[in-house]
Amino acid sequence: MKYLCLVYMEEQKLHAVPDRECVACGEGLRKGGQLIAAEALQPIETATTVRVRHGKVSVTDGPFAETKEQLAGFYLIEARDLNDAIQVAAKIPPAREGSVEVRPVRELAP
Amino acid sequence: MTATDPVHETVNAVYVAESRRVLATLIRLLGDFDAAEEAMHEAFRAALEQWPRDGVPGNPRAWLVSAGRFKAIDSRRRLARFDGLDGVSDAVIAVRDEAAWADPEALEDDRLRLIFTCCHPALSSDAQVALTLREVCGLTTEEIAQAFVTPAPTLAQRIVRAKGKIRDAKIPYEVPERADLADRLDSVLRVIYLVFNEGYAASSGASVTRHDLSGEAIRVGRLLVELLPEPEAIGLLALMLLHDSRRAARVTEGGDLVLLNDQDRSKWDRAQIGEGVRLVERALAGGRPAGRPAGPYAIQAAIAAVHAEAASGAETDWGEIVGLYDALMRIAGSPVVELNRAVAVAMRDGPAAGLVLVDAILERGDLKDYRLAHATRADLCRRLGRMAEAAESYARALALTKQEPERRFLERRLAELAL
Repeated sequence: MKYLCLVYMEEQKLHAVPDRECVACGEGLRKGGQLIAAEALQPIETATTVRVRHGKVSVTDGPFAETKEQLAGFYLIEARDLNDAIQVAAKIPPAREGSVEVRPVRELAP
Repeated sequence: MTATDPVHETVNAVYVAESRRVLATLIRLLGDFDAAEEAMHEAFRAALEQWPRDGVPGNPRAWLVSAGRFKAIDSRRRLARFDGLDGVSDAVIAVRDEAAWADPEALEDDRLRLIFTCCHPALSSDAQVALTLREVCGLTTEEIAQAFVTPAPTLAQRIVRAKGKIRDAKIPYEVPERADLADRLDSVLRVIYLVFNEGYAASSGASVTRHDLSGEAIRVGRLLVELLPEPEAIGLLALMLLHDSRRAARVTEGGDLVLLNDQDRSKWDRAQIGEGVRLVERALAGGRPAGRPAGPYAIQAAIAAVHAEAASGAETDWGEIVGLYDALMRIAGSPVVELNRAVAVAMRDGPAAGLVLVDAILERGDLKDYRLAHATRADLCRRLGRMAEAAESYARALALTKQEPERRFLERRLAELAL
């Protein structure tokens, strides 16, 4: 089963976790066959929010929601069940500084 | 069929004794709480039809599990035909593994699997409590709603959501591995103790003791000790039995609260105290071989045991109680534990020594909205003859309490000060 692990952190703590640790974490998951995709994101100043209303595209500066902790990256993983996914999430280095939200992936109806 | 029919009575008795085990196994076989519940009810319906005709089977539980399993396969086949799907084979294969349901050890483990799944930390605390009472204890949604003074639809919604999360996020139906066991057991013990306390000292409403919930918590505690005799599980069962042994002495016939020191100790349940004390000893000894310090439940149970074995408040070994609170502070310190320690110090060294400690806690602001902190301060001031301060603290405690008997108790104390 697929789970998306969303990494949330306070922006000023983004650099508290060295990149090489995150790279190593991704490598470990890839070798174990659990990693589908993982990326880190640029800070929220670079975010743009897009909406389409009545066929009209509106573009605004900034993230969808201003919160204390911001989306900083994600890991899309393959796990046996939620316990397995929780174990993976606990190994993601930013879990020490911020939070990791674990969400099961919903298969879209064809 | 009438209620006096002997077979009907047998089915009822089997339902009371076995329905939770049957359900626990069906959840594993079918992989779904709702399907398992439906299958279990179908199985008991079949028993009511077939047992009067064919006789009661030698192993009713195995018969019921098997019947439930076949009913579930039937209903999945019907559903598949109705949907015009061929994909039914997966569902059938999933429940066809004979070994998986014939192994007696696996069957015992099913009850543990059910407890751990209902108390999974990925579920909210409210949902853990509701699901445990519903699935492990077999209470109806209405009974749980009544016990928690919550509207039944709210409670039903909570249970539906929790089952949805178990299914959609795939919370596994398993006993945690050794490495995770301590953490996961903590969550189970917390749920059981929460249910017990809700019954023992209802935080709102007119009755202090909602005994049904305390009784259910003790039942699950016993089951857990039987299935998984970990020192902290034993400690929690001891703690609940020792608290519950004072039930008859805690309130007057009029429903008024009686403090520990004023209780008629002849009303304490001696048999229950005996069992509790033996369990405390087992819990404390259980950690020793592994070199583990006693856990918080075992220590709290040991404190309750010291009280239970004292002939009166004055004859209580307060020195030992202070020592146990010191140990509790080291492993699970909190402002509430500190407050309880202060009360024990006041009993050992006099109210002035206790008041210094209580004032220090209140000055830090930790317990400024905790009614029992102000009630404790009031009582210590009263014993020191500082009546104006006592009155002020009683008034503060009164403003914070939501419980009717507690309100009456505090009002009585406040009135006595004025005499």
